[in-house]
Amino acid sequence: MPALTLRNVVVGALLIALVLLPVYAHFAQDRFMLTLFTRILILGMAAVSLNLILGFGGMMSFGHAAYLGIGGYAVGMLAHEHIYSGFVQWPVAIGASALFALVIGALSLRTRGVYFIMITLAFAQMAYYVVSGIARYGGDDGLTIYKRSQFAAPIDLSNKTQFYYVCLVLLYASIYLVWRLINSRFGMALQGVRSNELRMRAIGFPTYRYRLTAFVISGTLCGLAGALIANHTDFVSPSMMYWTRSGDLIIMVVLGGMGSPVGPLIGAVALLLLEETLSSITEYWQIILGPMLLVVVLFARGGIDGLLTKLSDKMRPKVGP
Amino acid sequence: MTLFIEQCLNGLQFGLLLFLLAAGLTLVFGIMDLVNLAHGSLYMIGAYFAATFAAWTGSFVLGAVLALVATLVVGMAVEVIAMRRLYGRDHLDHVLGTFGLILFFDEAVRLIWGPAGMSLSLPPWLNRSVEILPGFEYSAYRLAIIVVTLAVAAFLYVLVMRTRVGMLIRAGASNREMVGALGVNIQLLYTLVFGLGAALAGLAGLMQAPILTVQIGMGENILILAFVITVIGGIGSVRGALVAALLVGFIDTLGRSYLPDILHVVLSPAAASTLAPALSSMLIYMLMAVVLVFKPEGLFPAGQK
Repeated sequence: MPALTLRNVVVGALLIALVLLPVYAHFAQDRFMLTLFTRILILGMAAVSLNLILGFGGMMSFGHAAYLGIGGYAVGMLAHEHIYSGFVQWPVAIGASALFALVIGALSLRTRGVYFIMITLAFAQMAYYVVSGIARYGGDDGLTIYKRSQFAAPIDLSNKTQFYYVCLVLLYASIYLVWRLINSRFGMALQGVRSNELRMRAIGFPTYRYRLTAFVISGTLCGLAGALIANHTDFVSPSMMYWTRSGDLIIMVVLGGMGSPVGPLIGAVALLLLEETLSSITEYWQIILGPMLLVVVLFARGGIDGLLTKLSDKMRPKVGP
Repeated sequence: MTLFIEQCLNGLQFGLLLFLLAAGLTLVFGIMDLVNLAHGSLYMIGAYFAATFAAWTGSFVLGAVLALVATLVVGMAVEVIAMRRLYGRDHLDHVLGTFGLILFFDEAVRLIWGPAGMSLSLPPWLNRSVEILPGFEYSAYRLAIIVVTLAVAAFLYVLVMRTRVGMLIRAGASNREMVGALGVNIQLLYTLVFGLGAALAGLAGLMQAPILTVQIGMGENILILAFVITVIGGIGSVRGALVAALLVGFIDTLGRSYLPDILHVVLSPAAASTLAPALSSMLIYMLMAVVLVFKPEGLFPAGQK
């Protein structure tokens, strides 16, 4: 049982609020809210997957949107070929993004630091251009999906409330997975590599393999989020894997806080709600968001989760000698 | 044959243009250890300034010079207001902070110049072709770009390797505190270097402006190419940037024009025409992957840390 600090109460409240949201949306007749939050859940899942390598592995991937695109296009392309079964579409989405992550990771992880940032970015752009060039699947214009992935009888993704809960379950499952991973021996080793790779190698850990495994797990999870997003928008286009989307994911992770598996979800909620609010105030909302990001980077490194934790520590009654 | 020569010249021109961008990027990284994603924004701003000033003054050259100065000033202002606070921090901070700057610049341009693109027309003396070989004509403007970029590359070399300022820049790159302790105003020096990088990006932007349309986001696609070049060349190495930029320029241009024909020989026409666009846009990334397999630090690793 986690301690009853301010941070834990807020996080718990958020997790419960997300479960209850469709109930509210149903009674308030607010369909837009349900759509918005489904989007938040899916991008939150992508951010959670990125955090595994960014926050805990110290690997700054700037190409995570590529997996969203690959997962999404796997669903879109199969639907275009009249294969609608989710039991085919989703495993293909997962497999394709895992394979892409394996190849890209094997090449990129040979490098360090800035090289790694730029290489992941460049490979993701490569995927973007390749997809834009395939005329059969819409090219630049994208591909409309006429039927959502089909599963066995009770599950119907066209039902918005059901789809919301599918996304929610998958999101919570991935948070749980990341949490289990980072507390396992594998996760400890990964965090050890982040802190001091040389030392980890010296005591006999095959650091490259550990990093690559984490990279592939992260890419795979993100690919699944891509399959979800294709079902959510009923449309896939190259723009969903444009590099600014990778930037958005990094912002979510940092804004929410890299220190915990839930942080990126907080970041996704905060960023997308902020976008909604700002864009309802002015058409030129990015002119406010941009400098805001800079300020967060300069003055609030721990993100929202870090801020909450700090506040909780301050509130805790001083016990001790 | 003439087509081949023309494509080679196009490749050279494109490569040199990319070099201007990559040089600024790699200079700022090599000296300040700063990853600047907003470099593409400066390229875009250079193009917008050029289009505006050329329309005001009625002269292409005067407009270009004014745009260059204006981009330099914008770059130095960005350094003083934002970048200065990012030195010595994590690269993640650089990426996020400068990503915020991109959002800001894109939206600021939309606010000032509107969402529609602009065009910059060439004066008659550049908008024609010249006969450079008997029976072979080439666009005068593209030729002018080649000449200007070569001159700038030479200027950069002299500036960094042969002048006192260049000596201080190199010294600042290897040990910032020491140079500061010797009484050099290192802060001003960094501002100047950042401004120089911005001006190079702006120059690339304004020279590209008459060939493409001036539009929001124009800097982002080419920025990725500049990244690929810095990675291939070795981050921080200007010489590497030049070699890699020429490589990328040639491969990209020749690939786009000849790959479809080559594929037609090997594959069925239908398969070739589907595959060609995708494959030719992949070429430079494959080049990057190959370079990385053999030299993870790039072709000319900068000799530091």
